[in-house]
Amino acid sequence: MQLKGAEILLRCLQEEGVDTVFGYPGGAVLPIYDALFESSIRHILVRHEQGAAHAADGYARATGKVGVCIATSGPGATNLVTGIATANMDSIPLVCFTGQVGTSLIGRDAFQEADITGITLPITKHNYLVERTEDVARTVKEAFYIARTNRPGPVVVDLPKDVMERSIDYKAGDAEINLRGYRVMKGYNSGQVITAVELIKNAKRPVIYAGGGVISSDAAGELRELAQKRKIPVTTTLMGMGAIPGNSYLNLGMLGMHGTRYANYAIGEADLLIAAGVRFDDRVTGKIETFAPHARVIHIDIDAAEIGKNVDADVPIVGQVKEVLQAINQRLEAVEQYWEWHQTIDRWKKEFPLRYGPSCEGRIMPQSVIEKICELTQGETIITTEVGQNQMWAAQYYKFKHARTFLTSGGLGTMGYGFPAAIGAKIGRPDMPVIDIAGDGSIQMNIQELATAVQYRLPVIICILNNQFLGMVRQWQGLFYGGRYSYTDVSHQPDFVKLAEAYGAVGIRVTREEELEAALQQALRETERPVILDILVEREADVYPMVPPGSSLSHMLGGDEI
Amino acid sequence: MRKHTLTVTVENRPGVLTRVTTLFRRRGYNIESLAVGETENPSISRITIMVMGDGKILEQVTKQLYKLVEVIKIVDITEERSVTRELVLIKIRADNNVRADIVQIVDIFRARIVDIGKNSLIIEVTGDSGKIDAIVESLKPFGVLELVRTGVIAMVRGEIK
Ligand SMILES: Cc1cc2nc3c(=O)[nH]c(=O)nc-3n(C[C@H](O)[C@H](O)[C@H](O)COP(=O)(O)OP(=O)(O)OC[C@H]3O[C@@H](n4cnc5c(N)ncnc54)[C@H](O)[C@@H]3O)c2cc1C
Ligand SMILES: Cc1ncc(C[n+]2csc(CCOP(=O)(O)OP(=O)(O)O)c2C)c(N)n1
Repeated sequence: MQLKGAEILLRCLQEEGVDTVFGYPGGAVLPIYDALFESSIRHILVRHEQGAAHAADGYARATGKVGVCIATSGPGATNLVTGIATANMDSIPLVCFTGQVGTSLIGRDAFQEADITGITLPITKHNYLVERTEDVARTVKEAFYIARTNRPGPVVVDLPKDVMERSIDYKAGDAEINLRGYRVMKGYNSGQVITAVELIKNAKRPVIYAGGGVISSDAAGELRELAQKRKIPVTTTLMGMGAIPGNSYLNLGMLGMHGTRYANYAIGEADLLIAAGVRFDDRVTGKIETFAPHARVIHIDIDAAEIGKNVDADVPIVGQVKEVLQAINQRLEAVEQYWEWHQTIDRWKKEFPLRYGPSCEGRIMPQSVIEKICELTQGETIITTEVGQNQMWAAQYYKFKHARTFLTSGGLGTMGYGFPAAIGAKIGRPDMPVIDIAGDGSIQMNIQELATAVQYRLPVIICILNNQFLGMVRQWQGLFYGGRYSYTDVSHQPDFVKLAEAYGAVGIRVTREEELEAALQQALRETERPVILDILVEREADVYPMVPPGSSLSHMLGGDEI
Repeated sequence: MRKHTLTVTVENRPGVLTRVTTLFRRRGYNIESLAVGETENPSISRITIMVMGDGKILEQVTKQLYKLVEVIKIVDITEERSVTRELVLIKIRADNNVRADIVQIVDIFRARIVDIGKNSLIIEVTGDSGKIDAIVESLKPFGVLELVRTGVIAMVRGEIK
């Protein structure tokens, strides 16, 4: 059958099971958009390409499928860059299609030409420039395969206009993956699993340290089983929230810079660390030499390069977290254990709970907003965040019940991520309420996507913790730069309620604690329109406890007294 | 810290070398020398990289390189019985008074004179790094005008028995 490159592209997407793409048109992708016009693939028209990349990312995190976005050449493609880097740092599977000038013009500084494969080389798992229509089908197949297997990540496919325009004879199913340098990891070293089991059996003070790999390999069930079987306390990274229910007795909450004291103290005392799908990030370890000083380390990761990168492992296990945990669980019988250890931890929990003081300014405390959201939704919602204090409070005070319900930019820390990601999540999981916990600074970075949410009738809730500051930066200026608040006061801001209304969304301002519940309930009842809750919170509340950068986890500031 | 020689077998496609060198730059590993060329199989190229580092750095370099989709195989041949060669061209100041001395050095190192100018000679040397460093040292006193090295290439020796 004679088909244009663009038509082949869409057929291949359907073969990959893609039903939704996020994108924004332009000259170089006109052939693709022309083919989309009659396709059954649903195209969500964003208002900025960065929004498309984050929305595809939110869709991927919420559903576990590969997220797909499309942008035109030049500025369209470069607008994707922050979204691609965000996905790359958090190991999220995306396939991003960019338009490119015609093959005969490449390299001549043609109109809207940008070397996007060059630009994205260090921030993608892999990328392609497709030079012949004959290569479209194979490339798409490889791109999806690479994006979702092993350690997931973003793949960029650059498509010159003439490659999309030309017609060739196409037969479905003919394309074959040809990747001799890329092998999908299968299995694991069972000797190491046996060693791990022995260590677990003999440990007196074990801790599970679970991260994004547990979420991405859908291993929360296996993780919970291991924890339950041996009554092992579990701490999660920012990326691992939801791996264990927030209200479980075994849950220690988040560890690291803004982790709970009891999680960090447990790491300090542990004699065995079961590290599952984590990468020993500096926000987690603090001063690396003093991280888990008494613990043997079992490190399970699909990416061999992660093992020994920051911390040496006593038992390195390269493999899918899910499979490895299954193998460990099979060899362990359930027992009641570690009473002394639990007593110690209980004491810490009692002595150093997460807590915050009353308002100094008679305003709503931001932490209480998260607690209220938690109370009203009971973990049955998807929470996305922007970046900064809002993000940390969400991680600290929301009790997550399920995996894939906390979507946040951890590795890159991208302000402006949360709202478009919420749009993607809502499209992927229309059955779940979706709430973006936002700061007044971050939300303005992709606020234009309100138009998208209104157009597609997506009742996404944006909950602005409005402190009229770039709060997290202000906090650091307060702590480490003598309180010199250099350019972090953002009290010049739009009226967010009017702004919502101007877009056709709902805007509600909340200035007093008593109004909060009713406002949230109203927002949760909305079925057709996005809602902005502009919640005026304590301006100078800080996130505590905190490990100052470069310090040991045992040296935490704040949270020990009110 | 010591010098390691890695042979990296890669797909012979545009951009592969950029991926490899970008990785070294981004992760802060230093390339001492690099040579690349097609192999007996035209769809495959071989990059020979010399890199300074301890065992841990080498392990990271290797693991990170393996993550590049177009990298097929990596061998650290530092410990292997191998042949390593580099080619160097040296343009040296040489008036009539010193030519004889230079020719003598060239003979000792089994190098070759490949160009004779009015006041200069170009010398071609192949060998391992030790030999090359030695001849360069011996020639320095005459005045090196220009020097260019290809970078090291290497191959593991065949089985003896
Ligand atoms: C303002 C701010 C403050 C922060 N403070 C904290 C903090 O206090 N505490 C904290 O924890 N984080 C914090 N972070 C986040 C931090 O920067 C890192 O993003 C995060 O700690 C990394 O989480 P992770 O180790 O789970 O790794 P991820 O980035 O989620 O990586 C996942 C790991 O799992 C592996 N993996 C993936 N899939 C599989 C699989 N199928 N099987 C096996 N392995 C797999 C990957 O190879 C990788 O090593 C903060 C971020 C910001 C922006
Ligand atoms: C795109 C981007 N620019 C700058 C930063 C640096 N930064 C980190 S947190 C922060 C402040 C965020 O302010 P706001 O969104 O109001 O959230 P708050 O901390 O007040 O909750 C800034 C500027 C960033 N993470 N991302």
